[in-house]
Amino acid sequence: MKKYLLFICILVCSLLTLSGCHGSAGLPQFEVPEEFDTGKNYEITFWAKNDTNKAQTNVYKKAIADFEALYPNIKVNMRLYTDYGRIYNDVITNISTKTTPNVCITYPDHIATYMTGVNIVAPLDEIMLDPKYGLAGSDIKFDAPTIDEIVPEYLNECRIRDHYYALPYMRSTEALYINEDFVNALGYEIPEVVTWDFIFEVSEKAMAKNNDGNYLLNNQKVMIPFIYKSTDNMMISYLKQANGGYSTSDGKIEIFNDTTSDFLKEVSIHAASGAFSTFKISSYPANFLNAGQSVFAIDSTAGATWMGSKAPNSDISAEDIIDFNTVVRPIPQVDPNNLKMISQGPSVCIFNKEDPQEVLASWLFTQYLLTNDIQIGYSQTEGYTPVTLKARKSSEYDEYLSLSGTDDKVHYEVKMEATRLLLENTDNTFVTPVFNGSASLRDAAGTLIEYVTKSARRGITVDDSFLSNAYKDIESLHKLDQLNTNTQEKKELGELPSTSVTLITILIVVWCGLIAIFILSKLKEKKQK
Amino acid sequence: MKKAIALVLSLILCACTLTACGEDTKGEGVMTYAEYVAAPTDSQVVVETYVQATRSWWDGKITIYSQDKDGAYFLYDISCSEEDAKKLVPGTKIKVTGMKTEWEGEVEIAAQDELNPATFEIEDGNYVAEALDVTSMLGTAELDKHQNEFVSFKGVTIEASTDADGNEAPFLYNWDGSGEEGSDLYFNISANGQTYTVLIQRYLCDPTTDVYQTAKTLQIGDTVDLEGFLYWYNGANPHITKITIK
Repeated sequence: MKKYLLFICILVCSLLTLSGCHGSAGLPQFEVPEEFDTGKNYEITFWAKNDTNKAQTNVYKKAIADFEALYPNIKVNMRLYTDYGRIYNDVITNISTKTTPNVCITYPDHIATYMTGVNIVAPLDEIMLDPKYGLAGSDIKFDAPTIDEIVPEYLNECRIRDHYYALPYMRSTEALYINEDFVNALGYEIPEVVTWDFIFEVSEKAMAKNNDGNYLLNNQKVMIPFIYKSTDNMMISYLKQANGGYSTSDGKIEIFNDTTSDFLKEVSIHAASGAFSTFKISSYPANFLNAGQSVFAIDSTAGATWMGSKAPNSDISAEDIIDFNTVVRPIPQVDPNNLKMISQGPSVCIFNKEDPQEVLASWLFTQYLLTNDIQIGYSQTEGYTPVTLKARKSSEYDEYLSLSGTDDKVHYEVKMEATRLLLENTDNTFVTPVFNGSASLRDAAGTLIEYVTKSARRGITVDDSFLSNAYKDIESLHKLDQLNTNTQEKKELGELPSTSVTLITILIVVWCGLIAIFILSKLKEKKQK
Repeated sequence: MKKAIALVLSLILCACTLTACGEDTKGEGVMTYAEYVAAPTDSQVVVETYVQATRSWWDGKITIYSQDKDGAYFLYDISCSEEDAKKLVPGTKIKVTGMKTEWEGEVEIAAQDELNPATFEIEDGNYVAEALDVTSMLGTAELDKHQNEFVSFKGVTIEASTDADGNEAPFLYNWDGSGEEGSDLYFNISANGQTYTVLIQRYLCDPTTDVYQTAKTLQIGDTVDLEGFLYWYNGANPHITKITIK
């Protein structure tokens, strides 16, 4: 009898050991509770991001106050960030200590990394459609949008490996802000769609100097005709427009290719001449544009309140700002008849917790961020657009757009033009594939432009040999050669390799044999007794 | 005779020691402060300097406020392990290799490029700078020469700051009031008829520090003495480390 017990114990232990190989269980999978418990108090944390813009802080604060009035048993504690990178790093740190926030403004690229853990991020597929608490569900205490009232392209951006892990919150794109007076002075008219060829040609022409060493165009010592804020986006957008490889949807890295090389060589020529620079090297595009030290500035539409002579926000003193006409255009294109511009802007994800009621409370607040008041209120703070059709089609939003240019604050013309640019080009926006490591690939895209630009400024020739070495170093720097796509989601791995099948078969046969021998020997013992 | 010789030798020894204390002897291949100032932007520089303060370590990098007896060097995002960051206490001598750059008027040493970070090594030596009183230099071109140095402002007045909604306050979280406790804390000071914006940089002095907590008690019209680093952002934009309310 003792031997039997021992055998069973060994068998159970073996099974437990084997099951342990599959990693720690983590949090339980989130399941939507049948009822929200209003008899218990919940305190949730919301990590938000603003663009150092008090109007945005005010919108968040009002949203929280109004939400808490509707749900008195939910208290929302907000922590403000001004940098997505800091949020990302803090979340990663807090995943290991199980102190993630409840609700977090984020990017899908980042969510893909958060999902490396087990059940860290709450999937939203089920709760979005829940009849009671889903989008515009029967028990929701506010006027929420239905799933069909979220801009489909933006909702799709929150879909990672066939599941929704976020809701879109705001969307923006990049815009080209142009000093029209300078372009005209150089003998050009601004086309409806600016091409890369056009922007580099005009930028080179702007480099002419007079005998004093000042630039002819502005009679100043400083002139950076073309300056780009986000070099990640610059590289990514060009590759999309030129049909160059970037990555596949399942994470195969394709960025190091001939199209990339050709573009980087072109960039290096204009970096070497001083006609092109970047935010990281030179500083904010708006500062140069407004001081008459730049012709073309590319920045987010969410930075439009900093662009132009009458910009409501400025980092430079009033006496340094020159008077000029600001024109807003899509970013430079390869093919003017096939526009491609990046879709960017914050989304909101919900972190899973032990208590599903706490997750439900987080979901209710997340859903509240999609109501018209918040969507329209926040979009007015910068060149953002609401992510719901419900807000976009509202009379309030129509009125807001119709008042473009009537003042230099809420209806600041440049900001409104930037907003219109996105509204009219939603179909022309794109996003890059999201996978564990896509955030690193994005960084690498920016590094390519920055590295080439800095090298060219130092007089280094950017040729195939230079780029070949750069690709290897940048691939290593951003660990693109070590990408691991393990996630909290089960992955379809296809059929097992034949060697694995053989090994498993042998193991099964051996175990069966051992068990059979054991049973037979016991039967034999019994017979002998 | 022996006593006389001993006395002379002692005097020579003292003189040598004093000379050594007064000068900051640079190692081979290391620039003097004057050579650093003369070096063009976007050129590689190697300096020896002393840590005066650091911002919090983050993501494999650290930003250092440093100074030697001749001038200051702002060291931006220097490659550094978390372990080494703990060794960078005020006074520590370091040899720094990087690129001289300029960002909105702030001259600094930073990475050459994405693949070549600015680096440092710890050396023997120690120096902690006394705060230089630059109150009389406010509003003059002289101030520019002391960029990044540890300085003091005596008897300056707290002026109102205006947030983005037009409300006046003695200080703001972020430049426009968009922040909260834990954000950079901005306030305005006046002296010699000029008003300057200064700030408590959150990664240099976080909300647990005395200076951050003292700043929260400021009132418009207070007279204060300040100490901090003469950082530059489109003009003087000091990072304050100490406030004494008079």
